[in-house]
Amino acid sequence: MRIKLHGTRGAYPTSSKETRKLGGNTSCIEIIENNERLILDAGTGILEIDFDSYSTADRIDILLTHLHMDHIQGLGFFKPIFDPSKEIHIWGPGGSSYPLKDRLNKFLSPPLFPVMLRDIPSKLVIHELPNKPFQIGCYTITSKFICHPGPTVGFRIEVASKAVAYIPDHEPMLSRPHLFKEDNWISGFDLCANADLLIHDSQYSKEEYKHKVGWGHCTMKIAADLSKRAKAKRLVMFHHDPAQKDADRVKLFKEFKNTNSYDFPIELAVQGHKIKI
Amino acid sequence: MSAHEIEIILSRQLADCLSVPVFIVDPDGTLIFYNEPAEKILGQRFEDTGEMKVGDWGNDFHPHDKNGDPIPAEELPLVQTIYSHRPAHKTFWIKNFEGKAFEISVTSIPIVGRSKQFSGALAIFWDNNLKI
Repeated sequence: MRIKLHGTRGAYPTSSKETRKLGGNTSCIEIIENNERLILDAGTGILEIDFDSYSTADRIDILLTHLHMDHIQGLGFFKPIFDPSKEIHIWGPGGSSYPLKDRLNKFLSPPLFPVMLRDIPSKLVIHELPNKPFQIGCYTITSKFICHPGPTVGFRIEVASKAVAYIPDHEPMLSRPHLFKEDNWISGFDLCANADLLIHDSQYSKEEYKHKVGWGHCTMKIAADLSKRAKAKRLVMFHHDPAQKDADRVKLFKEFKNTNSYDFPIELAVQGHKIKI
Repeated sequence: MSAHEIEIILSRQLADCLSVPVFIVDPDGTLIFYNEPAEKILGQRFEDTGEMKVGDWGNDFHPHDKNGDPIPAEELPLVQTIYSHRPAHKTFWIKNFEGKAFEISVTSIPIVGRSKQFSGALAIFWDNNLKI
């Protein structure tokens, strides 16, 4: 399984030279197994996907963790959506009251977007994520609601014996600097358990988090602790704060590494990086 | 053991922040969490007991009416909510682990998440003599 990081930034895209190293696009990763492609989230990173390579299938599957703007703002602009020969399947979490289609329609309609959802040229098929594992091609997909404002899920994608967990926006513990000691009380735990790769929110420093409790994001330490508890084999720290320069982010990461010890590799997500598991 | 549903995990996070006793049960009535103020009623720490089956916790605080007659577990709001999946409320007396009786009001609510499935129930015990 190959994973490409097309967008690693949280909140909003940025093009400043201080954020080019880690990348300015918002959340989007592409998973490729043989010639089958799966796209997780549709931030501006989706515009980087080369739809003429790897897989030219007419069907494209996009899994959305939630509908915050940084996870959908590329949806209305990526090429295949305007191609009548394409069938775009969008999967996302259901809400308590309004169906996914209605909630997506709020973004993909005037005045926020010039074209109505029903007038999009490709064939759009919208699915609410089921409450049980399901299959798309070779991929077995599990989604679970996790701690983040609004209906938000994390994903676990499995192919053969490999698993990647993707939880880009996550605040596992509100206001506490540590996880509950029982594994079954940890948001997202099942998704991460024994994963070969965990791509996880880590937006804040310990100091920043004190002022942003309830905003739906976590510290590098919580991300690493969750990874350790779940025995994930590798952690990629995701959802970089666009207001933070890369140099500051890297410095923070180095300080974190120098003051904490984990027995698995941890790295900062870099836009354009490819990971093979 | 699978992780709890997110609405249950968030209920515990809420209970953790409250100064009133809170009990959380799963759909079978197993007490899966009680907070520190609730520990004072049960006289036991959650860390020590872990989860407790309904038959084990329902009588631990000696629920009784104003005449001192015991109230059976099935009449307790939390147990009613487990069976009916509806909110329940009742005022009655309990004894804490030191044997002191006091009047409380208990309100229990069903926990139903976005999947629309009944995940359990949460009850708040309110000491009617408490002055805030």
